[in-house]
Amino acid sequence: MSTKQKVGWAVVSVLVLIYALFPVLSILMTSFKTPADLTSGKFLPTQWVGENYAAIFVGSARDLFVPSLINSIGICLIATAIAVVLATLCAYAIARLDFPGKKMILTVALAVSMFPVVSIVTPLFNLWRQIGLYDTWPGLIIPYLSLTLPISIWTLTAFFQQIPWDLERAAQVDGATTWQAFRKVIVPLALPGVFTTAIIAFFIAWNDFVYGIGLTSTEAARPVPAALAFFTGASQFQDPAGAISAAAIVVTIPVVLLVLLFQRQIVSGLTQGAVKG
Amino acid sequence: MSTVVNPNAPGTGPREAAPAPVTGRRSAKPLMSDRARSERKLGWMLAGPAFIVMLLVTMYPILQALWDSLFSFRLTDPGNKEFVFLGNYATVLSDQVFWRDLGVTVLITVVTVVVELVLGFALALVMNNAIRNTRGLLRTAILVPYGIITVVSAFAWFYAFDITTGYINNWFDWVPGIGPDFNWFSNTWSALFVIMASEIWKTTPFISLLLLSGLAQVPSEYTEAARVDGASWWQRMSRVILPNMKAAIMVAVVFRALDAFRIFDNIFIMTQGQYGTETLSLLAYRTSIGRLEIGLGSAISVILFVCVLLIAFLAIKVFKVDLAGAGKGR
Repeated sequence: MSTKQKVGWAVVSVLVLIYALFPVLSILMTSFKTPADLTSGKFLPTQWVGENYAAIFVGSARDLFVPSLINSIGICLIATAIAVVLATLCAYAIARLDFPGKKMILTVALAVSMFPVVSIVTPLFNLWRQIGLYDTWPGLIIPYLSLTLPISIWTLTAFFQQIPWDLERAAQVDGATTWQAFRKVIVPLALPGVFTTAIIAFFIAWNDFVYGIGLTSTEAARPVPAALAFFTGASQFQDPAGAISAAAIVVTIPVVLLVLLFQRQIVSGLTQGAVKG
Repeated sequence: MSTVVNPNAPGTGPREAAPAPVTGRRSAKPLMSDRARSERKLGWMLAGPAFIVMLLVTMYPILQALWDSLFSFRLTDPGNKEFVFLGNYATVLSDQVFWRDLGVTVLITVVTVVVELVLGFALALVMNNAIRNTRGLLRTAILVPYGIITVVSAFAWFYAFDITTGYINNWFDWVPGIGPDFNWFSNTWSALFVIMASEIWKTTPFISLLLLSGLAQVPSEYTEAARVDGASWWQRMSRVILPNMKAAIMVAVVFRALDAFRIFDNIFIMTQGQYGTETLSLLAYRTSIGRLEIGLGSAISVILFVCVLLIAFLAIKVFKVDLAGAGKGR
């Protein structure tokens, strides 16, 4: 590669990096600003402070943020776990067994993933209030399945269709028991797909906002994205921008870490589910 | 496994799944139909729970919304529930606000999808041609917007442009019309600009990854042959590469269009739908959960659902997009 091309690639790469990271940097900078600094009209803080992080973990915004963080983590993990278990069984059947209705299941999953969430939230809002699920964990976990289950079924089916299942029989021929063949051969082959699916499903549940604001009213179940919309400043007269930014950064860190660690798997999971030949 | 198939049975673990093929292997050839029957049974036993849960969490609410939409019903006045048949639909469809919101929704969908397609394709090309060690870095970076919570991205863009906390007005005060006093969020067009920018930023990575995998499926012999025959870069792109990845492009467009049509989060954060930035999702939310007009809100929800259905139908029937293509593997 010529020097000119190298410089060209460097410029393009830097541009892409700026594109991808600039808004994150922007909110990171806001999170380090003092209340007075917020209106400075500058990108960088004139004085770097950690008081916004203190506010959300030990200070005035603690009661808003910490419960919602626990809610988000708990609800999303449970919704992801249920979806991945159900989807693993379902995708195994679709990839491995011959039965009528396979195509229909995939089509329904696709249709469900296109459902406008707002159309579901109105009737659920009414029903949940009647049967006491409003503002509870199960009241969010159940609708979250409409987000996590379809994508899990698609992604896992795509993964499972690529597993060389004959290896299982080969292991049995070599003297392994059925259980050994399953545990030592199939599980290691299937696990990366299941794991990747879990990450993608978790992202989607973690991202939810409509269910979060529609079906909760207190910190009993309100997840982080909804809580951010209800943040107020240290006093009523203070702009909550600093605290919101700090909270936003805190909930973004796990996502960035997951992306850094599992970039390759996430990309293959995302694209396999959607486009295939 | 001779018990009646209960698709609801939650206890069916992978342990039961594994021995199935063995049972099939043991049975002799004449028993093939038996084997097929048991495979069918097992198939639905494994796939059934997921299928039923999916239907329950979506079909039930939409049917309930359909039913509720036929009543004049407010939670603030529950005693006065009255059957009005299609009255709510007439109210909604004769309301100017509905048509304005539909217009905004369509505008946002079209603009964001077109921009994302162009930008996403450029990004896909960069990633496809990048040298090995930068490719991983670029792919990681590009996944960050995808993984970030939409609300967080909305706040990031909002604070950057906001008249009190922002710095964009300062940076771009040399542009005519932009100055320290310019309030991006009190004007329909400038507010929509920021809303669409944040939406584009957040979702372009997804489209570019879909296009990248489409790009990888174009046989390299084709482009090589075109190059040998003296085709220019533009000719190779428009005559060889793009036609060969039409399927991937269409799938990406449909997925994104359906997603953009439901846009809610960023608008709620930035303007709450004020200043003419309201979309159908926000209207439905404001009517049912904001004003507790369940009947009217359900009618809007149903209309929104029908719109999404129409887009999907158009895509599949008119443009012949094979969205379920992946399922045909076997």
